[in-house]
Amino acid sequence: MRKLIDENGLRVDGRRVDELRPIKIEVGVLKNANGSASIELGKNKIIAAVYGPKEVHPKHMARPDRSLLRCRYHMSPFSTETRKSPAPSRREVEISKVIREALEPALILEDYPRTAIDVYIEVLQADGGSRVASITAASTALADAGINMRDLVTGCAVGKVDGQIVLDLNDIEDKEGEVDMPIAIMLNLNQITLFQLEGILTPEEFKKAFEMALEGCKKIYQIQREALIKKYFGSSEPIPVE
Amino acid sequence: MMAKKSMVVERLRKAQMIECLSKGKRLDGRGLLDYRPIVINTEVIEKAEGSAKVSIGNTQVIAGVKVEVDEPFPDTPNEGLLIVNAEVLPLASPYTEPGPPDEDAIELARVVDRGIRASEMIDLSKLVLIEGEKVLAVYVDVNMLDLDGNLFDAASYAVVSALLTARIPKFTISDKGKVVKLNEFTKLPIKTIPISVTMAKIGDTLIVDPTYEEELVMDARVTLVIDSDGNLCAGQKGCSGALSFEQIKLACENAIVKSKEVREIIKRVTGYGEA
Repeated sequence: MRKLIDENGLRVDGRRVDELRPIKIEVGVLKNANGSASIELGKNKIIAAVYGPKEVHPKHMARPDRSLLRCRYHMSPFSTETRKSPAPSRREVEISKVIREALEPALILEDYPRTAIDVYIEVLQADGGSRVASITAASTALADAGINMRDLVTGCAVGKVDGQIVLDLNDIEDKEGEVDMPIAIMLNLNQITLFQLEGILTPEEFKKAFEMALEGCKKIYQIQREALIKKYFGSSEPIPVE
Repeated sequence: MMAKKSMVVERLRKAQMIECLSKGKRLDGRGLLDYRPIVINTEVIEKAEGSAKVSIGNTQVIAGVKVEVDEPFPDTPNEGLLIVNAEVLPLASPYTEPGPPDEDAIELARVVDRGIRASEMIDLSKLVLIEGEKVLAVYVDVNMLDLDGNLFDAASYAVVSALLTARIPKFTISDKGKVVKLNEFTKLPIKTIPISVTMAKIGDTLIVDPTYEEELVMDARVTLVIDSDGNLCAGQKGCSGALSFEQIKLACENAIVKSKEVREIIKRVTGYGEA
């Protein structure tokens, strides 16, 4: 097994344990969609598009009191080392479900009864942490679509590599590391909307990992905000948060 | 699987439930952190190498273990295979139908599998017959028979109990390098006993082991899997609500306490750890 953290405490891509990969978010990247956003996080390249609120088909699925949120997370066949079949895998079905459940708490779906809101996420290139990057992009796209929201949702993964808690796992760390824990949060409301864990953590490590993920989310949230400000106000100057 | 009652009835029931929970009681009289009675019977299917039928209250599931000789995955040539699958049978409730698994069933299967696998319950390195060529593949299939909530825990306990009591054939390698099955049996190499603890958040209260009725009104669900050393090894939040950091920490504390109780039950019924 190769070492994933060297004697200087640096990771395979040269990052410190609590450092994010380079991240870029752009809003309004698709003309047809009601809202869209792209995200690049390390080698991840992901586009999220929002269509709706719109009429529901099939009609019987419509909810009388709220909008129906639907979500599809899909990986392109060329997004991985070995070609991925374009048919949705069981992994993609589960991820689509947890992403929907991570976005739903942020949306005021009661404002759009008898409609549907469709969120389509396409992973064009996958690096570690594609589900959390997808959530970040999708919530930005929902804001771009003008859907009423309680807060943005920001996703970030933490994990354990060579016995140490690290932020934002890349592909190698994701595959060879001991633990992967993706988190999504509404930062202003202190509400966790996605939580998954795979791998062994002591209760103390768990707490430390959670706090590290929170710090990562705070940084990503600023970039989400700046991307929205850039589209709507033409500048990327951060406006101080009250 | 998730048929809803009329919205008005659902809201009334939820209001009643929240009022009840605020007094620290559940509608069925249980405390917030009480499991329903857990009944486990093992070795119920003679043709399977291991099996267990588990009921938690009215929820019933059955798991069977089958062992085969197979090739290892290319990226883990020195490990056997462990594959856990879960199915919700059409006979299990009026709302389940035959056909391909829906997203709820897929999530259930994947979370149960994740808990067993991430805990490293089975020492897969001891299931190798010929390195890089032949390994034992342990398949555990768990069927939901009767639904009344908390399938995640019921399925997980059935899988764990079936693995703990499995009698697997011994194999040897012949002079010609062939794998030969012997008429002798052994136990699986067990390293830890992972216990899944599922909680529902209703209003601002966390309850353990939700019934179907409680699941209908819950805001969020959280499953945590704890190993024999009291460490976390898998987790999953579900449903369209959210939890605060404090609630997640509380869920962890609850899970660690409850997992000990359930592990004792499973150890007792499976005779694990006894000579």
